[in-house]
Amino acid sequence: MDTRLSAEDLAFQAEVRQFLHQAWDRELAAKCNNRATMKEGMEEWQRRLYHKGWMAPHWPVEYGGTHWSVTQSFIYNSERAAVGAPEAVAFGVTMVASVIIAYGNDEQKAKFLPRILKSEDWWCQGYSEPGAGSDLAALKTRAEPAGDHYVVNGSKIWTTYAQHADWMFCLVRTEASARRQDGISFLLIDMKSPGITVRPIVSIDGVHSLNEVFFEDVRVPMAHRIGEQDKGWTYAKSLLAHERTAIAGVGDSKRRVRQLRELARRETRGGAPLLDDALFRSRLADIEIELMSLETMELRALFEASKGKGPGAESSLLKIKGTELQQAIQQLMIDMAGLYGAVLGDSGHDFGNEARRSFMYGRAATIYGGSNEIQKNITAKAVLGL
Amino acid sequence: MNFDLSEDDTALQDSVARWVQQRYPFDARRKLAASALGFSGAHWREMAQLGWLSLPFDEQHGGLGGGPLATMLMMEELGKGLVLEPYLPTVLLFGGLMRRSAALRDEWVPRVIDGGTLGALAWQERHGHHELADVQTTLRSAGDGFVLDGDKVLVFNGGAAEQLIVSARSAGSRFDEAGISLVRIDAAAAGVERAALQVMDGQRVAHVRLRNVQVHATQLLFAPGEGHGPLRDTVHEATLALCAEAFGVMQLLQAATLDYVKTRKQFGVTIGSFQVLQHRLVDMLMALEQTRSLLIRAVCSAGEGSTEAERDLLALKVMVGRCGRRIGGEAVQMHGGMGITDELMVGHAMKRLMVIDASFGNADVQRARFAALAT
Repeated sequence: MDTRLSAEDLAFQAEVRQFLHQAWDRELAAKCNNRATMKEGMEEWQRRLYHKGWMAPHWPVEYGGTHWSVTQSFIYNSERAAVGAPEAVAFGVTMVASVIIAYGNDEQKAKFLPRILKSEDWWCQGYSEPGAGSDLAALKTRAEPAGDHYVVNGSKIWTTYAQHADWMFCLVRTEASARRQDGISFLLIDMKSPGITVRPIVSIDGVHSLNEVFFEDVRVPMAHRIGEQDKGWTYAKSLLAHERTAIAGVGDSKRRVRQLRELARRETRGGAPLLDDALFRSRLADIEIELMSLETMELRALFEASKGKGPGAESSLLKIKGTELQQAIQQLMIDMAGLYGAVLGDSGHDFGNEARRSFMYGRAATIYGGSNEIQKNITAKAVLGL
Repeated sequence: MNFDLSEDDTALQDSVARWVQQRYPFDARRKLAASALGFSGAHWREMAQLGWLSLPFDEQHGGLGGGPLATMLMMEELGKGLVLEPYLPTVLLFGGLMRRSAALRDEWVPRVIDGGTLGALAWQERHGHHELADVQTTLRSAGDGFVLDGDKVLVFNGGAAEQLIVSARSAGSRFDEAGISLVRIDAAAAGVERAALQVMDGQRVAHVRLRNVQVHATQLLFAPGEGHGPLRDTVHEATLALCAEAFGVMQLLQAATLDYVKTRKQFGVTIGSFQVLQHRLVDMLMALEQTRSLLIRAVCSAGEGSTEAERDLLALKVMVGRCGRRIGGEAVQMHGGMGITDELMVGHAMKRLMVIDASFGNADVQRARFAALAT
């Protein structure tokens, strides 16, 4: 066992820092963090990644990926998170792309992958439905074959960024079979197709990122079906483990903890820095210890995955603990802000708004990507054999 | 980055695992724990023959030159059998200090390695609360030597040990790190009185009363007053090893509990089919994996001489304490009535985890230290 960085790793780390120093500036950060300019900001950021050749590090090199080792990926992600730069929006480059690469045909690869790489298309994910949340296989949106097309009817919900999206990757029912997982197909749907309506959902943080999407006789070419008809569940499932691993968000939590420390140095209680308060330090220590453990857990999972096994059942544990920790951090931050954390708009306090927003948005993390309770069910079955 | 074990590592792990399986069926362990000595001299000789007592010593001193990883693998496997032989007190504490002592290592390291000498480290005092520097036992110059006076408590293996290393203050005041000396004394020397005690996990400890014990200058491990550094390093090493043992005990409990819920039937079904228990079993698994991760992290940083080594160790000891409580508690609870019987392994393993938590400072103590680290 060895966790040291080699000379090449250190050189790579220096290159990453150099790139981030140039490519991730204050102006761009402000653009990405403002909901009105977020789309534009993210596209700009992703173009900078593309020009560096780092937009899709995990893709095979022939499609524009890199040859990064597990350690290099870890270094890149740690450094990226440390400066507060976001990951590329996952729906395109991470999620649908990995399905297209694994199961798509040559035409689909040629049509979609270059546009994803250059951030020319914005993607959204059509999985959940009003009646199919944790029980995803209960989905009812139907796709009826009609010549070389499907006709899609039904609705999807909790669709992040549907209002921005050019395309949706979507699970639809093509066969009412005995085993519910068997009759599902994986379609790529042009969001400009006639018959699609997007209804915004404002979430608990006051922000519109979620939507409900309705399909009324929407025609989807069969050429936009991934793989075989009725086999979509298999393709969709391969995504879930990746999604869970990404949700753990270790690097971002580390940055948040550093931020908490900085704030606690400035905030005072009884005239002394909050950071000197024993109770506060204990709560912070609890978070830091769990985070150290999670970081090594993630490294171990990445290392195992690099041996070709892919993220396995342990990704559920990462998701559970990662999201619990995110919420513990958000809780500590909003506690520090006190009543300022409850005020809407500018109260003259420096982090009250941020604390409230991240706390509120953070409620979603233990629900999306398969709720933490579902992750426990999965783990009980897949790992413990119960 | 590499988390794989080498062939040598795996071979060591396998051989210890096999030995534990053969020598430590649970009823054999119960008999040993109840015996006068509390462990087996024959086992100890076997461990010497297998070379395990030489594991952490440098090759030039007759050892195998194993680092923290080798010790971790050893202790983890010993933990899985709740092994009673005094590996920690003799090899890691007594031997660990002797290994660091240029003055005494040539004489004493070979005696540890060949299994001929059982040792112990007497560092703790009644009011010390796990602070290595809180030493009131005194070492005063007298004639051409010294005299040792004081009271040491809860010395692991203190009853069976033939040789003791004692921390004593030769200069400075009560909490000073400087001024602490380490001396080797014969447990049978004049002025040494030992009161043997049994601990709930089966191990034996002793209170050691030291009155006017004559010490020659050749019994000092280091220059007078310079014992704190090596004492701290040795205790850190032993703490890491103890955490590895705890991880072995946790695996034992988790496996036994999982096995039990898959076979125990109530209401006509196995109790493992109940979701409320399934989620708690996942919580146990999580506790195990969190501990595993911090153990690997701390072992790597110790072996690599990282500046993060102390921080990683403190975090690990906190995690071991907490996860140990959780896993021990859940294992007993899920075994139901059987879990609270003396005849089942589960209660004994839970007690071992409790004792490990309390050793060298429990989770609260370690968290306070962690929180106080400058960052």
